[in-house]
Amino acid sequence: MFRAEDDPGPSFAALMARAGVQPPVPSPVAGGHGLDITHGTTVVAVRYAEGVVMAGDRRATSGNLISHRDMEKVYPADRHSGVAIAGAAGPAMEMVRLFQLQLEHYEKVEGQALSLEGKANQLSVMIRGNLPMAMQGLVVVPLFAGYDLRRGLGRLFQYDVTGGRYEETNYAATGSGSLFAATVVKMGYRPDLSADDAIDLVLSALFQAADEDSATGGPDPIRGIYPIVATISAAGFDRQSNESISARFASLIGRMSTESGGSATVTS
Amino acid sequence: MSMPFYVAPEQLMKDKADYARKGIARGRSLAALVCEEGILICAENPSNTLHKVAEIYDRIGFAGVGRFNEFDQLRIAGVRHADLKGFSYSREDVEARSLANAYAQMLGQIFTHEMKPLEVEILVAEVAAARADDQLYHLLYDGTVVDERRYVALGGDADSVAERIEAGWTDELTVAEALRLATSALAGPDRTLTGDDLEVAVLERDGVRRCFRRYTDDEVDAVLAGATPPPAANEV
Repeated sequence: MFRAEDDPGPSFAALMARAGVQPPVPSPVAGGHGLDITHGTTVVAVRYAEGVVMAGDRRATSGNLISHRDMEKVYPADRHSGVAIAGAAGPAMEMVRLFQLQLEHYEKVEGQALSLEGKANQLSVMIRGNLPMAMQGLVVVPLFAGYDLRRGLGRLFQYDVTGGRYEETNYAATGSGSLFAATVVKMGYRPDLSADDAIDLVLSALFQAADEDSATGGPDPIRGIYPIVATISAAGFDRQSNESISARFASLIGRMSTESGGSATVTS
Repeated sequence: MSMPFYVAPEQLMKDKADYARKGIARGRSLAALVCEEGILICAENPSNTLHKVAEIYDRIGFAGVGRFNEFDQLRIAGVRHADLKGFSYSREDVEARSLANAYAQMLGQIFTHEMKPLEVEILVAEVAAARADDQLYHLLYDGTVVDERRYVALGGDADSVAERIEAGWTDELTVAEALRLATSALAGPDRTLTGDDLEVAVLERDGVRRCFRRYTDDEVDAVLAGATPPPAANEV
């Protein structure tokens, strides 16, 4: 138990600092940029009528090599929010773990979950804390999305390396293939998309990103590896099953090959 | 120079224990019962916002009787202990037994070294995949740990509550039967308690990660009236 004046409150980060278990920040190393660090790539989030859809491809790369084929980049942050990561995989996964715990810790200590705004700000603080590592090339830029129970709508947030937080109204993408993915979403976006249409839209966006960007993985029917897609609505974070995503891809690819004789035209 | 009065250590400990027991006896009781669907924790608590029953970790719950600020401090210390341990090692390594020992250390330390002992009794419960492996630890104000197997009652009226639970006990209780038994045991022969007077939570055996689930007053009333309990939450 802590005395009132040095009580860390509901913050897990402050508790770690008091308990002396803070993870060490690596000191600057000259020439660290030459290392081939594992990177995660394209993630995208789209708002639909009842909430937000988040999706991410599965590829992790080190330089020009594929280091992992089934990496997960979309995680639940808590019951009503999710976080999707792009950038240096190691620090990004550690950041997600700490972020999930931070939200859970707050909820248990206070007896009430943080507001969505509060969660987004927490993530911003953590990204800013990663700035010294980012300067050495370990950049982490997540997307954060959730269902705001107080306002009754889905919201999504994009970040920059310095922890800058930008709320997007309709969609957001980050990672190496994000330009392509965002363009596809932009062309296919309509207000009040249904959940089904929004899932098809993000799948088509990831497909096109994989088509243009070597660091983004496409659907892999041989190994049964497909992008991870989750919907976040009033009912909570719901990860779509691999089978349903595989079926959607089959019909997406079917549509594209009959409509355009093989050229990858965007339809959603 | 004035001499402090000599007080025999036996007398000192007895006085502290009497003091703590008196404080605990003023509060209302609670009961925890192992049942088919998990561990039911049922406390008599008219407040809807000041909780006596709370979540510590994935499969671990907490309940306290006595002075609210004191057991709430212990609850927060437990959440911190569990979250730090789960972060440093793995979520599987967080166990009720180690938490109960940490609580025993804290309570024992305060009982022997501080002027005023804590006027609390607490419960640490962990739900397992099979009901035979469920753990219930009942901790007293002086750090004594009692390991219970089937049910436990805490608070001033604990002995008579435990007697009433024993009278209605069977080894095949469902969560609804356990809630009805706990409610009548807490109420005693002369009173009836409703959802509004109770705080009820279940550690769900089939839960995936966070197994702690609170029942709303309406859900409690529905179960007491004979309805089937709400389906398991299976939360992230």
